[in-house]
Amino acid sequence: MLLIPCPWCGPRNQLEFTYGGDATVKRPLPDAPMKTWLEFVYLRDNPRGPHQELWHHSAGCRQWFKVLRDTQTHDILASGRADEALPGATA
Amino acid sequence: MRYSIFSLARNALSYHEHWPLAWRSPAPKARYDAIIIGGGGHGLATAYYLAKEHALSNIAVLEKSWLGGGNTGRNTTIVRSNYHLDPNAHFYEFSLKLWESLSQELNFNVMYSARGVLNLVHSPADMDASIRRGNAMRLNGIDAKFLTRDEIARWIPNLDCSPEARFPIHGGLLQPRGGTVRHDAVAWGYARAADALGVDVIQQCEVTGIRIDRGAIQGVETTQGFITTTKLGIAVAGHSGHVAAMAGLRLPIESHVLQAMVSEPVKPVLNTVVTSGAVHFYISQSDKGELVMGGDLDFYNSYAQRGNLPAIELVVSACLALFPSFGRLKLMRTWGGIMDMTMDGSPIIAKLPVKGLTMSGGWCYGGFKATPASGWLHAYTIARDEPHPLNAAFTLERFAEGGMIDEKGAGPYAWAH
Ligand SMILES: Cc1cc2nc3c(=O)[nH]c(=O)nc-3n(C[C@H](O)[C@H](O)[C@H](O)COP(=O)(O)OP(=O)(O)OC[C@H]3O[C@@H](n4cnc5c(N)ncnc54)[C@H](O)[C@@H]3O)c2cc1C
Ligand SMILES: [Zn+2]
Repeated sequence: MLLIPCPWCGPRNQLEFTYGGDATVKRPLPDAPMKTWLEFVYLRDNPRGPHQELWHHSAGCRQWFKVLRDTQTHDILASGRADEALPGATA
Repeated sequence: MRYSIFSLARNALSYHEHWPLAWRSPAPKARYDAIIIGGGGHGLATAYYLAKEHALSNIAVLEKSWLGGGNTGRNTTIVRSNYHLDPNAHFYEFSLKLWESLSQELNFNVMYSARGVLNLVHSPADMDASIRRGNAMRLNGIDAKFLTRDEIARWIPNLDCSPEARFPIHGGLLQPRGGTVRHDAVAWGYARAADALGVDVIQQCEVTGIRIDRGAIQGVETTQGFITTTKLGIAVAGHSGHVAAMAGLRLPIESHVLQAMVSEPVKPVLNTVVTSGAVHFYISQSDKGELVMGGDLDFYNSYAQRGNLPAIELVVSACLALFPSFGRLKLMRTWGGIMDMTMDGSPIIAKLPVKGLTMSGGWCYGGFKATPASGWLHAYTIARDEPHPLNAAFTLERFAEGGMIDEKGAGPYAWAH
C-alpha cells in the first residue's frame, strides 16, 4: 500500500488518490509548433528511477499536487505543491 | 532431437536421464547479422522466423535474465482476436491462426486450448456495443457468437446470472476459438526451435547501450562486452522506453505494473475464459486446477515487478461478485509484470528513426496472444526493411500523423487503455 503525503492533509492511504501522470510535461502555447504538441500529448521520458508525477487527493481535500517517487522501488522521495519545484527533482 | 511418442518411450526406458538439452548456451560472438534484445516470447519468435522464413543464419537473442522470466512467464495466458478496429482484428486473427498450429510448427506442445473467451455484458448499452463488435468481427472473418443470459447460466453454472447479482448479466459475446496457451512453453518452444536453426540464445546478457554512427546502428554494449551488428530489433516489453532511450528516442509509452493471482488448485470448475469489461476482470482455470485471475493496472508508473494490495482486492471482489462460490478458495500466489502501455492502447511493430533499428512493443495488457504474429511480422520488417501490410498501421509515426488505433476510445492516457 502506498502512503502518499498530501502537502495539505499529511500522509494518507493511496485509495484516497487518483493518479495524474508525468508532472514534467508542460502544456504548450496554442500556436506552438506541431512537434511541441506531439511531445506534450504523447511522448514521455518514462524513467526507471525517480519520477515526478501528479496526484489528485480526490477523496480528500481535492487538491492536485506533485510527488517524486522511485518507479523501481515505489519509495516516495518528496511531495509538494503543483506550482513549486520539488526538493531533489532534476527537471 | 524430435519430440514424439517414440522419443518419450525411449527415454522412459532410461529413466529420463538422457534427454539432450533443449538449447545451447553459447558465448556471444563478436558480430551478428541481426541481434534481438529480449528473450521473452516476442524476441525468441522474432529470431525463429528470421531464421526460418528469411534464411538469416547469424542471429542472436540477448536476454538480461532468464528466458521467459518477464511478462511471458507472468501473464494470464489468454489468447483471442475479438477486436473491433480493422488493423487490430487482422493482426490478432493472424496470430490466433498461428497459435492453432504452433505445437506442430515448433515440435513443442504449447497446449493451445480453444476453450472459448466469453466477454460478459452487463447493461443494454454494453449489449449494443458488444453485438456491434461481434458483427465487425464476423465481417472480418473472425468467429463470434452472442449468447443470451440463459445460455450462459446453463453453460457456466457457478457464474451468478441471477437478476439480483451485483453486476447483472445480460448476455455475452463468445469467441469460441479464443482460449489459453501454456506461457512458459511458448518461450521454451521458440527458444528450442530457434536454437535448432542456429540462433544463439544468450541469457544473462543485458544490453546497456546502443552504438549509433551517422544515424545507423553499429552494435550494442552489453554486460558480456560489445557486439557488432547492423540490424537491431527491440522486443523488451515493459522496458521498451528504457532501451529506446539508449538510442536517443522517446516513445509514446509508459511502464505500469499489472498484477495477476491464482487460487489453490481444485478439480475442474470452469471450462472457458470469462471476462468482464465493465468490472475489468478475467478468469480461467489452469490445467493444474488453479483459478488464474487478473484485472486492472495499479495505475501509476512502475518498473517494479510487484504491485500493491488495492488492485488485488478489486480483482478478488469482482471474482466474488461474479462467482460467489469461489469465496471458499484461498489465494495462493500473486505477482506483477511491467506493461508497456502506449498512448492509444495498440502496439508498435515498426522501423524506428535510426537505420537498422526496429521494435515490437507497446503491448499493454494483451501482448501474449500477439507473440507468434509479432515475431513473424517483426522478422519480416527486419529482413525486408519494410513493414508487411499486417503491421503497416502499427508505426511510431502514427501519433504525429493522427493515425491512432484507439480500440477503447480512451485518449492519450497510457494507463487508461
Ligand atoms: C499479470 C499479467 C497478465 C497478462 N495477461 C495477458 C493475457 O491474458 N493475454 C495476453 O495476451 N497478454 C497478457 N499480458 C501481457 C503479456 O504478458 C505481454 O504483453 C507479453 O508477454 C510481452 O512479451 P514479450 O516477449 O515482449 O515480453 P517479456 O516476456 O517481458 O520479454 C522481454 C524480455 O526482455 C528482457 N529485457 C529487458 N531489458 C533488457 C535489456 N536491456 N537487455 C536484455 N534483455 C532485456 C526482459 O528480461 C524480458 O525477459 C499480461 C501481462 C501481465 C504482467
Ligand atoms: Zn489532501
